[in-house]
Amino acid sequence: MRDIRSVGPGWRLASLTIALGILVPILALLWLAIGADLSASRGRWAHLAAYVLPHAALNTALLLTGVGALVLVIGTGCAWLVTAYRFPGSGVLGWALLLPLAMPTYIVAFAYLDLLHPIGPVQGAIRWALGFEGPRQFRLPDLRSMGGAVFLLGFVLYPYVYMGARAMFATQPAHLMEAARALGETQWGAFRRVALPMARPALAVGLSLALLETLNDVGASEFLGVQTLTVTIYTTWITRSDLTGAAQIACTTLGLVVALILLERHGRKRQRFGSAQRMRAIQPVRLQGSAAWAASVITALPVLIGFVAPALYLAWESFKRMRYGDGVSAGLISSLGNTLMLAFGVTVLTVAAGLVVAWAARPMGSLRNRAAWQSGIATLGYAVPGTVLAIGLLTPALAIDAALASLFQQPGLPLMGLGVVLVVACTIRFLAMPVGGIEAGLARLPLALEQASRLLGETATGTLRRVHLPLLRPAIIASALLVFVDAMKELPATLLLRPANFDTLATWLYAEAARGTYEEGAIAALAIVLAGLLPVVLLARKVMQFENKETGTA
Amino acid sequence: MSAALKVDRITLAYDGQAGPRAIVDNFSLGLAAGNIGCLFGPSGCGKSTVLRAIAGFEPVRAGAILLNDIPISTPQIHLPPERRKVGMMFQEYALFPHLTAAQNIGFGLRLWSRADLQARVAEMLALIGLPAVGPRFPHELSGGQQQRVALARALAPRPALLLLDEPFSNLDADTRERLTDEVRQILKASGQTALLVTHNEFEAGVFSDQVCVMDARPSP
Repeated sequence: MRDIRSVGPGWRLASLTIALGILVPILALLWLAIGADLSASRGRWAHLAAYVLPHAALNTALLLTGVGALVLVIGTGCAWLVTAYRFPGSGVLGWALLLPLAMPTYIVAFAYLDLLHPIGPVQGAIRWALGFEGPRQFRLPDLRSMGGAVFLLGFVLYPYVYMGARAMFATQPAHLMEAARALGETQWGAFRRVALPMARPALAVGLSLALLETLNDVGASEFLGVQTLTVTIYTTWITRSDLTGAAQIACTTLGLVVALILLERHGRKRQRFGSAQRMRAIQPVRLQGSAAWAASVITALPVLIGFVAPALYLAWESFKRMRYGDGVSAGLISSLGNTLMLAFGVTVLTVAAGLVVAWAARPMGSLRNRAAWQSGIATLGYAVPGTVLAIGLLTPALAIDAALASLFQQPGLPLMGLGVVLVVACTIRFLAMPVGGIEAGLARLPLALEQASRLLGETATGTLRRVHLPLLRPAIIASALLVFVDAMKELPATLLLRPANFDTLATWLYAEAARGTYEEGAIAALAIVLAGLLPVVLLARKVMQFENKETGTA
Repeated sequence: MSAALKVDRITLAYDGQAGPRAIVDNFSLGLAAGNIGCLFGPSGCGKSTVLRAIAGFEPVRAGAILLNDIPISTPQIHLPPERRKVGMMFQEYALFPHLTAAQNIGFGLRLWSRADLQARVAEMLALIGLPAVGPRFPHELSGGQQQRVALARALAPRPALLLLDEPFSNLDADTRERLTDEVRQILKASGQTALLVTHNEFEAGVFSDQVCVMDARPSP
């Protein structure tokens, strides 16, 4: 008998293959780290544990703590100010605070290293204003430090916390804050004792996303001279060609990822404050005089530091290069072509895989869908840093390549050489976006639509094609856009898995920064930031629509 | 062609944490071809679950469901919904929002020739008394019009059995009274076997030829 809980054997098999495929790099990593050659791996581990890991783990812990504290303060503070108060610019800042999302961490580090250089424009201007003559008399603290890394990553990653906190504050019923005030709390006390604890689940999600991004970062940490675990994985493999050692560090990093996810779950535990009832939302209070201007400055600073200053710098440098320099080189044009090709391939594969998983795992009313767990597995990749994923994929990919090479009697690495492994790595990493987006889209469609179609003689696949795909189009396009932009920005996995002589805009920029030549890097960075602005604009539009609905000004 | 329905001592259950939990136990029902039956009972008694099992959306744990003496659901046999020739009208109508009224009505006729399909859609639109609404989208129709289009869509492929899941519950009292009568006349005119689920005594009495009363499920 065919089980009516299943969605058709083809879909089930495809979804199962995708879910198991996600686990392959993680299992390969464990095998490499522990099982491949036990005595050799033990010896290596002893060396790593004595000389490499303590320093890298301490740096990573310091970076995570610092960035975590900074994103919580900036994200929560700004979200509360723009939700609970009205002040000059608060409307614009409400969405502008999302802009740093368009700025990859390695680009902001790249821009600030030049911008804040001892003989750069900012320090020069400060010296001129204070009457100093040279960098020997006055210079700002060096950006290439732990403090510099915390500062820059914090100002770029705070929107993850801001987004969730903003949505929570905007939907909290006003009468709870009013009750706290009536019970003798000050405005600050009511925020601290009512609004903040209620927003805790959203803050936990935002914080964990920001910290996962911090763990994923390889470019900014390396530019700023901070040897994190992620940087160490990269250098262990690239400069020392030590795959087992890299896998062992990657496993340690994976342990940190699991700890972060558990921390997030703990933060959200038994905290479900969402209410289906529509209640009066918090009405913003209009600030006057110096308080109003102070609020404007405080909320504008993160936008200025995290987006406006580096974006203007990149635009100016690009303009100078185009106007007075040699224009755009053939190498950069070819990197742009490679980037678009890679992003296109990743988008097609990721969205197709996401559709398969989301459709196979969709809710089926009162029946339990036995494939539901597969969507949980399929979304795991987002938490795994790109370098860890790349190291995990190397062994299975090389084994398949060797088999293919001997089968067709052709020397070389067909999958690695064609960039297939890189596309697969990016697909694993970004699969959570289409799965999440399409699942959310499916959840909005009544189950009766599918049942009506089936009773009118259509199969499950025919129903997907004729009913769900047309209705899911906005969700599919939105997730495709997110994947495309993230694939354009991707650096860590691309650095490790790209074919020889294959540069994307991100690796081009990385090479320029590594060489200390900033000439064309700015153009590459600007192109990535402009592409990254697209989804941020869409997100900002959503925030504004939501705001209009909340305040009834639609 | 309309068919006779036989529901023979079925048990329906859902998967609880401590194993399957019965919703309907040892339930039977017979409906002659061309008759309109009604499952009447309070909310939560399992009448919609019976309807969903006949449609093929719920597994049968024991007993059998037969259409013209052919088993379509037993613990061993499960004919997929699309092959049962059972039509259904949903409580929320479930009209496809991206298709026009005419495209909705023609949805189940994809294997028909273009000319036959168009003729059948026109016939159905005439039957429900809305010959001009074909090009309109569901959101451009009133509640009563949407309900009649949903009926036309369910009838268009000439189902052997039509199931109606509280189809009048979203309408105001006046429209409900008028449509109950109209829908019955349409079904009778086409000799359609139909099974209605309702908790409204008036609908049960006026609409159907035979009423099957289901008791509230005893609490566990």
